[in-house]
Order: sequence, then structure tokens, then C-alpha cells
Amino acid sequence: MKKYFRELSVAFALAILLLALAVFAPSFYQPQPLLSLATHEAPTLVVACGMALVIICRQIDISVGSMFAVCSVCAGLLATMHWPLALVITASVFIGAMMGAFNGALIAGLGLPSIVVTLATMVTWREGLRWLRQGEFVNLPDGTQWFGLSQTGGQWTLVIVALAILISLALAMKKLSIGRFVYAVGSDAEAARLAGIRPRLTTFFVFVFIGALVGLAAMMNAVQSPQVDPQSGTGLELKVIAAVVVGGVAISGGRGNLWGVFAGLLLLACVSPALTHLHVEAYWEKAIQGAIILLAVVADGLRSRKQRN
Amino acid sequence: MTAPLLQLSSVTKSFGAVRALKGVSFDLQAGEVHALLGENGAGKSTLIKIITGAHQPDGGEIAINGARVEKLSPASTHKLGIACIYQQPALFPDLTVAENIGLRLERAKNFSRVNWNSRREQAQKLLQRIGAEISPEAEVRSLSMPEQQLVEIACALGAGARIVIMDEPTASLTQKETHLLFAVVRELRKSGVGVIYISHRLEEIFQLADRVTVLRDGESVGTRIVKSLNRLTVESSSDSTIQQFNDSTTLTESDLIKMMVGREVSQIYPPSESAPSEIVLALKNLSCAAGGVKKVSLEIRAGEILGMAGLVGAGRTELARILFGITPADSGEIFLNGAQIKIHSPQDAVANGIAYVPEDRRRHGVILELPIAQNMTMAIHKRIFPGTWLRFGAEKQLALEFIRDLGVKTSGPDAPGNSLSGGNQQKVSLARWLATKPKILILDEPTQGVDVGAKSEIHKIIRALAKDGLAVLMISSDLPEILGMSDRIAVMRGGTIAAMLPGKSDAHEVMAAALGQKGAGE
Repeated sequence: MKKYFRELSVAFALAILLLALAVFAPSFYQPQPLLSLATHEAPTLVVACGMALVIICRQIDISVGSMFAVCSVCAGLLATMHWPLALVITASVFIGAMMGAFNGALIAGLGLPSIVVTLATMVTWREGLRWLRQGEFVNLPDGTQWFGLSQTGGQWTLVIVALAILISLALAMKKLSIGRFVYAVGSDAEAARLAGIRPRLTTFFVFVFIGALVGLAAMMNAVQSPQVDPQSGTGLELKVIAAVVVGGVAISGGRGNLWGVFAGLLLLACVSPALTHLHVEAYWEKAIQGAIILLAVVADGLRSRKQRN
Repeated sequence: MTAPLLQLSSVTKSFGAVRALKGVSFDLQAGEVHALLGENGAGKSTLIKIITGAHQPDGGEIAINGARVEKLSPASTHKLGIACIYQQPALFPDLTVAENIGLRLERAKNFSRVNWNSRREQAQKLLQRIGAEISPEAEVRSLSMPEQQLVEIACALGAGARIVIMDEPTASLTQKETHLLFAVVRELRKSGVGVIYISHRLEEIFQLADRVTVLRDGESVGTRIVKSLNRLTVESSSDSTIQQFNDSTTLTESDLIKMMVGREVSQIYPPSESAPSEIVLALKNLSCAAGGVKKVSLEIRAGEILGMAGLVGAGRTELARILFGITPADSGEIFLNGAQIKIHSPQDAVANGIAYVPEDRRRHGVILELPIAQNMTMAIHKRIFPGTWLRFGAEKQLALEFIRDLGVKTSGPDAPGNSLSGGNQQKVSLARWLATKPKILILDEPTQGVDVGAKSEIHKIIRALAKDGLAVLMISSDLPEILGMSDRIAVMRGGTIAAMLPGKSDAHEVMAAALGQKGAGE
């Protein structure tokens, strides 16, 4: 209980919010808008899972938004070339993984700070894409949107895929050696190295992994509309990092889990519709989200101070 | 007789249960070089930190120029004219010499204008005063280590320091640089500054010091006047204060070593029950330039505890890091059971049955956020979890066995590493490596910072391991521990093996070899 206090308190805050909505704005609970909300957040959840791994490993990746855009556009172009959808998805994941490997090679291989490397790749991918495509939208061929399913079917597919990834990753982090190594490296890379773990390989792995997840998330986003926006994914890194931090993953590495991240993401995602339904002006959305992040950071800061004393 | 520059009377200081200083008295006269000598952990650093205000004493009195000082803080010591020059100069490497000196000396407001000309002139003047040929415009990064120390000394002088503390200033200097530094120290003395000089090099103490105080286990063993013909012929005319001390005996290096080590054995060590058998690990001319290890050759037998003594910086930990593949060797050969092996990474070392329990377990031994059980299985994932999934049952089983066998005091295998005391953390660190079923166990300061009870338990465990046929290489700065536990003792000095002694050696021999006293260790 005490061990998961941080995660539980986020879940508790979420429960309060949902309860308040049930009492004051029952209109929030309508199946179709809720499904739309979940669908909209599904790609973000997939990227947040990857980001959680990266931050637990005491790194950060702020290039996810740009990788997301590159994967989206590439996948869109491949789809217009009439590649089968399964192959397009695979290609998108592969392209994401390659970009992640590029980050990982610089960070783990050369020992460069991840914030600087991913800042550089963030700008490079985004501007490179702008230069190549001149901001042109990609029109997806028929049968691509919602994987060729009905809208509801497509939406359910996306939500289920995102939840499946969350659950399997949460299990993997607990039940696979690599999961534990990520925690160990994030806690103390030198201690992990002395214990025979390869910190650099582990770090490289998490960057490749988040790249692959971004590739998948890009597809999950692209199929939601008939066109691919080359600006998609702008600001994604902030959204995702916020969810991870609110969810109780320590920015200093080694602590946190995916369930907390899930709760954090839901909490932040519910703010906007909650405001609408509670008839509060929508301008407050960002301010409230900011306050939630601040609260989480302050709580973590106080706790680690207490631990030190 | 004038009041001493600095007078400490029965100063005590404890860190938790460890009594670092048990009532030390010390005084420093104007125009004298007073050397401070002692083993690792004798209390020198604590004493210095009290003088510089970094630590507050628990008891005792401090007087400066005869006036009692209530509370010292780093800021007030600066005003009182106390300056400390550390082995690694604390300068800003990207700024110039003049900027560094200016930053230290100018008490300017945040937004006042900087007068660059006067800053440069001041720096030039100070550097000239100590005879240093360094340009005030030079970037500190481009200076050699001794040049940086000279800049530190210039800062100290500029701040009007009357008490200068030098902590092993010559540790990384060449002989020529050392001579240059000594000339500066003599200049300081001539101008009436009192110098507290810490060094492990006995010959330096005889060359430079007027008096020497020896610390042992947080107590002052005594203060002696150093009689050095060399020094007296050069300096005697200028030092009137020194003449007031009259020395009756002639101090020798041997006397100092005796003072450093002459302690009663306060602890009983478990007797050796093992009979060393065949050679497990042999090193031939092993060197690593990065770690400063030079041509180390030694052999360890199964069932043997090889104690490794030496001063901090003698290359013991560095040797352990070579053997564990953290900083692989550049040259030389390693033989395991007679067959040559290469160790390029910790994985290679583990595969060859070598285990390393590092020093500083808080940082590198135990991963504090992770539970005990996870810490214990960290190095054996492939073996204990042969399938895809982790097996929590097997892990818990193994953890419970180690908790029982090693007597780890904890609420259970799920308790995090940071809930344990130092001794118990060390046992967890040990368990992790015993779980790899090693043939060779390298222990680096296995009982550092551990309370007495846990210490003797760890000693019993080490003995039992040796009895089971493990070859143990035990690095320790705790001389009684080395003497009490070792079957043989290797003494390192300057990156190489200075002496190989039998386990029944006496403390004097070991310390003489570690300090490099002439004629020792043959």
C-alpha cells in the first residue's frame, strides 16, 4: 500500500474528478463522446508508455512529436502507393524504431545527454519534413481510415490496441529481466554496470523501443482521419512527459510504473471535457493541467526531501 | 612567547556512532610548518574540516591568535585568515587566473563594475610574491596541477591568510614541481604564515616540517619536533620562533611509523581454518595506464585470504577494477587455473567466476530503490530465470536463504535497499556476488563504515567462504583487519606491489612498506 501511495493518490484524484462529474454533470457519461475521447487519447497512451520506460531509465526523449510527424507522413505516402495496410503499419513502426536507434546510438554510444540529442533531432526531423513536403497534406486512399472498418469498430480497435500495449508492457516491466534492468540502470547506472548489466545497451534499447511505439502511435492517429497532417504530433512530447510525471515516475529515474502513467494520462485528458460539462470556460484547461503537473512535482520533491532526512 | 596562531583543545567530533575525533589538541605557531600524519581514517580530514568550518565540533575549544572562537563557518574562517589548499584545486577552469583570484578576493556587490586593470595587477603582484611565473591572462584549464596549486596559494595570500592548510599537495606532482612548491612553502613560512601540511610522504615531512603531530584512531598520539639538518642549514637564521622549541631526541621515520600504527588490538578476529591449496588466479605484469596500475604480479590460492594493504590512491581499487573488467588492462597476463584469460567487461569477469564487492556500497553496491531480493538476483538473471519470465518464487527462496545464512537484519526480501543499515547493505551486496557462485571474490573495504557487531559478522562470513575454498582478495585500509584476517598480505604503493608479507606480519612492517620507507618490504 505504502509502496504505491503515489500511484494510488493519482488514481484517487481521478476518481474524485469522475465522481464530481457523475454528480454535477452526468451528461459527461455518454458512450459516443467517451469513446471519441478514448480514441483520441489512445496514441498518446502508447507514446506515454514508451516515455515512461525512457524516464525510468533516467533519460528523456523530447523528439517524440517530430518522430510522430515523420512516421505519419511516411506511412501516408506508403499507403498512397497502395502498400497493404499491415505492411504500412510495420513500416511506420520500423521507421520510428530507426529514428529511436539514431537517438539511442548518440546517447548510449557516445554518452551524450539525452535532452540535447533529442532536442536536436526534434528540430531536425520536424524542419526536414517541412522542407521536403512543404507542409503538404497526404490524402489517404479509401479503406485506410479506421482500417477500413466502421467508425465505431475502428475506434474500439484503437482503444483495445492501446490498452493491450499498456497491459503487456506493465507486465513485461515486472516480469521480464529487461524491465528490471531498466529500473536498475535508472536508479544507478554504475551500480548496475558493476552488477553485470549493460547500461548502455539498456539505454539504447529504450530509445529504439519508444521510437517503435511512436511509429505505431502515428499509425493509430493517421487512420482517424482521411488526411495526414504533416504538423501532427506538435506538442506531443509535453503532453506525454506531463502524463508520465503526474503518474508518479521519478524524473530522476528508477521509480514509477505504467499504471500510474495511465492514471496520470486519464486525469489530464479528462480536464478539458470536464470543464465543458461543468460549464467552466475552456481557457482554464491548460492552467489546470499545469497546476496538476506542478502539484505532482512538488509532491515528489517533498517526498524525496523527506527520504533524504 | 606569543599566543599561537591556532590552538585546538580537546576537540571532539562524532558522526552517528563513529567517533572521528576523541579529544584532539593541536597548535600552530606563526612561521612554522606543522605536519599532520596518520593512517587513512585516523581523523586528519575531520580535523581539517573543523578548522575550515566545514564541520562543527561536538566539544572542545578553538582559539585563533589567543582569542577563543565560538563558531567557525566557511565564511568566517575566510575572514579569520584560514585558507585550505586541496589536492584537487577548487578553481574555475574556464576563467582566467586573474578572474579566479578576483572572484575569491573581491567583496564586490553583484552589479558593481569590474575594474579589469586592477584585477590583473593584483593577480600579477600576488603571483610574483610567491615567485610563480604564470600569466594572469592564462585560462586555468591550460595550467598544470602545480601551477593551479600556486594560484590557490596566491589566492590565500591575497586574502591575507595567516593559516594555510595544504592537504597532500604533492600527491600528483613530479619531483621538480614538488621542489618548486616547497620553495613557496618556505617563503610562506618566512613571511610568518603558519602552514598545516598533510602528507603521506615521510621524506617530505623531514624536508619541510618543523613539527609533526601524529593522529591515530581520532586521537593525537603526540607532537614531535622534526630535526632535519637539511632544513636547519637552509632556514635556521630566519626562524626565530622555531628556536624556542628544543628537541632532545632525533626523530626517525621509524619512530613516526611506530606512532601511527602502535595500537592495541581491540578486536578478536576469527582464526584461520582454511589450508590454501592450488593457485586459482595469477597475474603477470598487469598494467593499466588509465588506472595508474603498473606491472602487478601476484597469485591467489583457493581457500586463501590475500589482504591488500596500502594507502588511499596506491592503486588497490584500480587493480580490482582491472580484474573485474571495468577498466581493462593495457598489458600483462591473467591466468585462471593456469589458463590465460582476457577480461574486457564485468560480464567476462562474472563468466570466469570473479566477483567484486565494490567499496562505497551506498553508491555502487546496492541499488537503494530496489528490494533486497531484486538486488540479490541482479547478477544472476540468466541462471535463476532460464525462461522468458522472472520467477518470483525462486527469487524469494534464494533471498530468504541468503538473509538467513548471512544474518541480514530486515523485515523481509521485499524491503528496499535503503531501509537497511550499512552492515546489512554490505551483506546484501555480498549475497549478490555469492549468488554468482564465484571462485574468486574481491572485497573492497568490506567493513568500511560498518558498526562493530556487523563487522565481526562479516569477518566470520569471509572466513567461512575461504574455508569453502573461495580465493578471497580483501582490500582494506583497516590495518588490524588486514593483519587479523589475511593469510598473506600484499602491500601496494604507487600502483604496484611494494611488498609481499606473511599473514603474521606486524603493523610496523606493513605501514613501512605502504609508506615506502627505505629498506622495508624486502
